[in-house]
Parts: sequence; C-alpha cells; structure tokens
Amino acid sequence: MGPDITAAARAAKPNFYAPSGASPAEPEMENGLEPRPPAKASVRNLNFYYGAKQALKHINLEIAEKRVTALIGPSGCGKTTYLRCFNRMHDLYPGNRYEGEIVLHPDDINIIGKGVDPIEVRMRISMVFQKPNPFPKSIYENVAYGLRVRGVRRRSVIDEKVEQALQAAALWDEAKDRLHEPAFNLSGGQQQRLCIARALATDPEILLFDEPTSALDPIATARIEELVHELKERVTIIIVTHNMQQAARVSDYTAFMYLGEVVEFGDTDTIFTNPSKKQTEDYITGRYG
Amino acid sequence: MEDIKSLIARHKLLDAAFAVLGLLALLIGLVTLAALIVDLAVTGAPRLTWQFLSSFPSRFAAQAGILSAWVGTTLVMLVTAAAAVPLGVAAGIYLEEYAPRNWMTALIEINIANLAAVPSIVYGLMALGLFVYQLNLGQSILTAGLTLALLILPMVIIATREAVRAIPGAIREAAYALGATKWRTVRDHVLPYSTGGILTGVIIALSRAIGESAPLITIGALSFIAFLPSAPIGPEAPYVSFQWLLDPFTVMPIQMFNWVSRPQEAFHQNAAAAGLTLLGMTLVMNGLAIYIRYRFRKHIKW
Repeated sequence: MGPDITAAARAAKPNFYAPSGASPAEPEMENGLEPRPPAKASVRNLNFYYGAKQALKHINLEIAEKRVTALIGPSGCGKTTYLRCFNRMHDLYPGNRYEGEIVLHPDDINIIGKGVDPIEVRMRISMVFQKPNPFPKSIYENVAYGLRVRGVRRRSVIDEKVEQALQAAALWDEAKDRLHEPAFNLSGGQQQRLCIARALATDPEILLFDEPTSALDPIATARIEELVHELKERVTIIIVTHNMQQAARVSDYTAFMYLGEVVEFGDTDTIFTNPSKKQTEDYITGRYG
Repeated sequence: MEDIKSLIARHKLLDAAFAVLGLLALLIGLVTLAALIVDLAVTGAPRLTWQFLSSFPSRFAAQAGILSAWVGTTLVMLVTAAAAVPLGVAAGIYLEEYAPRNWMTALIEINIANLAAVPSIVYGLMALGLFVYQLNLGQSILTAGLTLALLILPMVIIATREAVRAIPGAIREAAYALGATKWRTVRDHVLPYSTGGILTGVIIALSRAIGESAPLITIGALSFIAFLPSAPIGPEAPYVSFQWLLDPFTVMPIQMFNWVSRPQEAFHQNAAAAGLTLLGMTLVMNGLAIYIRYRFRKHIKW
C-alpha cells in the first residue's frame, strides 16, 4: 500500500520543479544515494520539558548542511517543540527546560547550553512561522528589521540587503514598486514570502520553517515549496510539516516523530519508499495520524 | 405548524419589546445629558465673552472672569499628564511584558484595580500628608498635578496593559526570532502598535482629572486668585523658569463651585459659563489626543 502513494509523490517531484531546471538530486546520484554532506548541527540526547511534562525524549539527529530536513508526525508528536529548540523560542516562556545538546558546526557551540545567550542563537538561526506574521509596517521595514536589530545603519547596505532578500524569497518582482506600502496589503502567500525574506536578510546559518504553508492555498503553497527547494543552495533548512507529500517533495532527509521521540530518520527516499519501522509505514500510508 | 407559528410570533414580540426598551434606555441617557448641556448653554452663553476669559475673579459678578482658573487648570493638567503618562505606561508595560507571572504580580495587579476605585478625596488626604507636609511642595501647581497624577495612574496602567495585551503574540515572536531583545521588541513593536489604545485610556483618565475638585480643595487650592503663576518663559537668561510649579493656583471646578455657592443669580451665570469653558477644554484635550493617535496610526496598518 505504502509504496504506491510515495511512488506517486516521487513521480510528481521532477514535474513539480520542471520550470526551475533539472532535478537537482540527479547529478550527485551514486547507486541511487548521494554521499551524505557534513553536518550543520548535531542533536545529542535532547530532552525537553514544559514544566514537569516531558515533550521531547532522547532525540539524536544530524542536520545536514545545505539540505532540507523535514520533521513529520501526527499532531502533538513534538515536531514544532523540537523545531523551536533550535532558536531557543522556548526561553520566552517560563518553566521550560532543555537537557542534552544541540551542537552547531563548525564552531561546535551547544546552542542550548547554559552559558549561551538565546539572542545570539536567534541571530544565527532564523525562523518562519506557521501563520504569516509580518509587522504592521512597510514591506521594506519588515525585511530591514533584522538588520536594524544587528545595528546596521547604512542606508545603502540595508537597501541592498532588502533587495537581495526579496529576490531570494521570490517576492522582488511583485514588491519592488510598493516597498513602502504596508505589508498587510500583500496576499497571504506574499506575506509568507515576505516573512521568508525577513528571515533571510540576516544571512542565517539555519532557516527553520514551522508548517509554513498550513495557512496558504495550493498555489501559494507550491511557490513556497519551490522556494524552499531553491534556498537550500545557500542555507540549511529544517521544515516541520503535517503534509507528507510536502515532506516527500521538498526534503532530502526526513525524521518521523511520534510521542516526543524520533521513530525513524533517514533519506527522504528511503523513509517514503522503504521505511524500516512499522509505525513509520503506517503513518506515511495514512493508516493513522 | 400552528404551534411553531405562534412560537415564532411570541419570540418576535419579545424581540420588538427589547428593541423598544433599549431605545428608551438610550434616550433617557441622551435626553438628560442634552438637557443639561442646553441648560448650561442657555444660562452661561451670554457671559462667555473675551472679558470673561481674560479677567480675574471679582466681587462683582459682571467683572469676574476665569483667567486664573483656566490657566491653573491647564498647568495642573500639564503636570498631571507629564507625571502620569510616562509612569503609567512604563508600569503597564513592565507588568505585561517583563514581570514574572507569580503571586506577587497577581497581588500588585489586584491592588492596581482597587486603587482605580479609591475615592478621589482619599488621594487628596494622602497628598496633603505626603506632598504638602512631608515633601514641602506647598499648596502649589506641582502638588495639585502630582495628586491628580496619582489619582489617574491606575487608570493609565490598566489602559496600557489592555492595549499591550491586544497585540498578538505572533508579532512578539517574530521580533524575538530576529534576535531582538525585550526592550527592542517593546520599543519597535509593542509600544507603537498599542499607542492608540493607550491614548484612549489616557484621554479618559485626563478627562476625569480635569473635573476633580475634592482632592485639590483638600490640599489647599485657593478659590480666589487674582494673579497668574510666574511665566515659564522669560526675556532674560536662562529664559526658562519652573517657578510656576510652586505657585498657588485655582482650577475651573473650584472656581465654579465657589460661584455656585453664592446667593446672587449673576454668579450662577458665571458658573454656567465656566462650565461651558471646561467642557470646551475637555473637548480640545480629547481632540488633541485623537490627532496624536491618528498621526501614530498612519504608519501602522494591520
């Protein structure tokens, strides 16, 4: 049962990206598997607690550099909780506690370590949220905000970065004539791409996506997926999604999570065509979740 | 079928009955208010001349004016706003954005809500003890302004908290995720986006303060003042003077009360004219706040 659905998803993959060029996975293929790239982050024995309640259990995972890692699993499995560990969002709310390590390479700092400032972590790791959340300011000011926080004042530098980020987020053509209009004049999909541009403007090392298309229509979703695919050329991406086809389409690696644990982690192809765990197969074939 | 029809008819009757009742309630409020204002206008309007606005009080009703009263009210309100707005907004933001959620904060919150309900004369008594006797500020504009500031501080704090709480958490998370500190998030987002709500609360609070007389009588405001406070700007260096803060004063409500308590009809007319002026001052103040709110909101669009 399982291979049928995933085969369909796989078949859709080349077509989906047809306009943006050849399938990027092809050239590096060797015996159907590409060599594993170096790790950008290593998660070691991560536990996370909301107060007394343990939400993540003994997670070990390598995040491959300049690749897309997808986190899938049923609602409440902890995938968003896990994602939000990477930029220390949990530190904003009282009673949350981390154990273990998330080591960021190449400088090997443990970003959930006691001595590490969450603000420093957030300066290096950006996030795109589930619902588009632009500031009620102009398009320009939205993208420029991360730079302003980093103390960039030179108008010419900000102008350039804003343009680059908007271009990278495939919003430049639509936004270039209305940079000083309110961001809320944009459509939902455009707003989400604006949020991606805002996250990109500061050249993050990792870009976190928390179900970025769950509030968007299919066309806007397709554009965001295309974008995720293009962005991995320049940034390491971790994406949470509850849409399995999306994970199959955009990611190189997939982790299936259940009840706060990573049940299975591997190449997206392997996870979707030949999962080794029964639980994973049941989930991706839609038998539960 | 018939049952349902009669049921619907009964419900519709109730519907109509409430509409009439609601309209009646509204009219009672509006008509009473309108009658008050019309009465005030009819009595006071003939006295509302330039002479009235530019004269000091006098034993003769026809020569009396409200110069010292409206200047006093204006200056006292300036002090009140200058003290209550920064303090109240800062306290409200601290409670909403910074304070840990524990029993101590809860206790403070309950107390602020209760302070908003304390009768104004109690504030007057406290101010008499603190500002006049302890701090030796005298029966001055400064004392009056600070007293009224204390009176409206809880209202400003509560309004600030409500306005700040209305800003979606997603906006804060967006700022934090970009590496902003708490203060930057407050300065760049929380405060600008909540200015409209805060100003609305400030208007209501100041409108309450402008009509207060009890606490000011308690601290010893004079009711007969035939001179103005010293000018804040002078022709010689250092050009700016704050002597006016320590000068004695009177305010519009006290002046009105003083005239109303006299037996002569002419003084009652003066009181009505002063009432009209006070209404006008309140309107101007509200208009100013609405304008500032508009200016702030022009750059923010949800």
